[in-house]
Amino acid sequence: MEPIRQIRSRTVVLPYTNIDTDQIIPARFLRTTTREGLGRQLFADWRLKADGSLNAEFPLNRAEAAGCSVLVADRNFGCGSSREHAPWALLDYGFRAVISTEIADIFRSNSLKNGLLPVVVDQASGTWLLEHPGAEVLIDLPSATLQLPTGVAIPFPIEAFARYCLINGVDELGFLLAQAPQIDRYEQRQAS
Amino acid sequence: MFQKVWESHVVVAETAETPAVLYVDTHLVHEVTSPQAFTVLRERGLRLRRPELMLATIDHSSPTRTEQIFGNVPISIESAAQQIAQLERNCGEFGVELFGLRSDQRGIVHIVGPELGLTQPGHTLVCGDSHTSTHGAFGALAFGIGTTEVGHVFATQCLLQRRPKTFAINIDGALSRAVTAKDLILSIIGQIGVAGGTGHVLEYRGAVIRALSMEERMTVCNMSIEAGARAGMIAPDETTYSYLRGRPRAPGGQAWERALERWRALPSDAGARYDREITLDGAAIEPMVTYGTNPGMVMAVSGSIPEAHNDPVFDKALAYMGLHAGEPIGNQPVNVVFIGSCTNGRLSDLRSAAQLLRGRKIAHGVRALVVPGSQQVKKAAEAEGLDRIFLDAGAEWRESGCSMCLGMNGDLVAKGEYSISTSNRNFEGRQGAGARTLLASPLTAAASAVRGRVTDPRDLFNG
Repeated sequence: MEPIRQIRSRTVVLPYTNIDTDQIIPARFLRTTTREGLGRQLFADWRLKADGSLNAEFPLNRAEAAGCSVLVADRNFGCGSSREHAPWALLDYGFRAVISTEIADIFRSNSLKNGLLPVVVDQASGTWLLEHPGAEVLIDLPSATLQLPTGVAIPFPIEAFARYCLINGVDELGFLLAQAPQIDRYEQRQAS
Repeated sequence: MFQKVWESHVVVAETAETPAVLYVDTHLVHEVTSPQAFTVLRERGLRLRRPELMLATIDHSSPTRTEQIFGNVPISIESAAQQIAQLERNCGEFGVELFGLRSDQRGIVHIVGPELGLTQPGHTLVCGDSHTSTHGAFGALAFGIGTTEVGHVFATQCLLQRRPKTFAINIDGALSRAVTAKDLILSIIGQIGVAGGTGHVLEYRGAVIRALSMEERMTVCNMSIEAGARAGMIAPDETTYSYLRGRPRAPGGQAWERALERWRALPSDAGARYDREITLDGAAIEPMVTYGTNPGMVMAVSGSIPEAHNDPVFDKALAYMGLHAGEPIGNQPVNVVFIGSCTNGRLSDLRSAAQLLRGRKIAHGVRALVVPGSQQVKKAAEAEGLDRIFLDAGAEWRESGCSMCLGMNGDLVAKGEYSISTSNRNFEGRQGAGARTLLASPLTAAASAVRGRVTDPRDLFNG
């Protein structure tokens, strides 16, 4: 995984609450055995018309959304299923971070493990971001702050170990494998 | 109770810098969320730490047409066939027990675990599927994980977890006639909202919960995730023990007695504290149905669609559904009826639907699909003639699987059609692009099948 320290980007805004993983990537695209290329199916039923052409009204399809790597959504983004295909699709499409006032548990966990930053902000900042699509923001991971173009820096919560892994580009599996002696001891205790 | 299960599975305690290393007793596997995890194992040259603690089944992509499973007709969707074949290869290579497509033990992962007696009180159980919360009905700590974490459990039998908060949901009183566990959980989600449980493990308590059967408790815990919760739990009691006794993978003999002793110590102590707590009156709950595009947009079947003022997201949901605020939901025509899923695909659910369909016909022009949750459920239902009741009423009777809950296997609702469904999610496009899903209990779905429109089951019971 690539180390992440800062993400600077304009935002693209989806002003909807409770955007679920079936919208992020519909179930019919989960009949895959790899994790590559899922960006093509990101928000498929919103981004594309039934004939496969682009829906020009959808925020991701507007000219100003080109090159944006930060997605802003209203409350409770990523609710629903545990499909890791959701962060895979967002990353493959080009997103590096998602900002909302609330992000669903499993989606947040899956995102952290793949280098997609889940940024949870307070209501006032969330409202400001929803009302200012295209705002240039700076996410600084070492200080866990989101800087708005107004100069305001908003702290966001991020689990310490996940932050360490992201900044250093290491994954959690290596850490878990190194716990083998403790796991052995736990199993021995259970067996006795 | 949560605390007891959590603490007994901590391998390494959490600190400010690192999450807890939590041991997993049972890992259930299916074809959709596992292939990329097996690939990681191969890339890193890793093996499974405890393959005997895994069990795999095929459910999401599996066909429900008998001829595609037991006959010579190929699986109609090639990518589904490939995904199934990949799971067979992966399980063979890594030594995981698999209930293959033709196994009489196969079924939806959350139906199979409990019916085998594999799901047990005090255990930790995970699966790459959000409805793993189902297993909490036994007093297990059970939750859905992503594919990266599936790989973690494969390689280490452990997960890195921060301890979630606890949320007690007390349901006092008793449920009224024709009010089911599905109506109860829909009503709870309506009260606390689809993000009401985020960061929490729910514990369902109270007289209503104690009176529920194990299958009903599974329906309640199943939809904990629809309230955003990490897991849902119900303390084990005599109902739990009598369900488990004698099941193939439950402890037997002296091990049973020892297990019982452990299990009896699990329920929360008197005066246990929760981070949040609410109490609802069971008697106030009515048959429920959803009207919007998430499970929190739910109402009494006898009621009118609520009004929302200046809420574009609410308006967008109603526009998608083609429904109008202020109008009664009763009388809304339905095109499709789906009875099945990990929420309501167990034997008691099929009995409940059959009770209303016995001697009646499904309304003209309505397509009804009944999909048992497992091959064992199918066999038991056929042994008591439920298949005949469904077929005589004009419904289709299929092989087990997730089927039309999410349509991965091609069992789909067409664009613009209304489906009354006993499944768990009414998200846009969940049952097919443009499909409109109304979630309800098996009783309400069956009553609606008979009338061809959304129907309060009490109307049919009353003649």
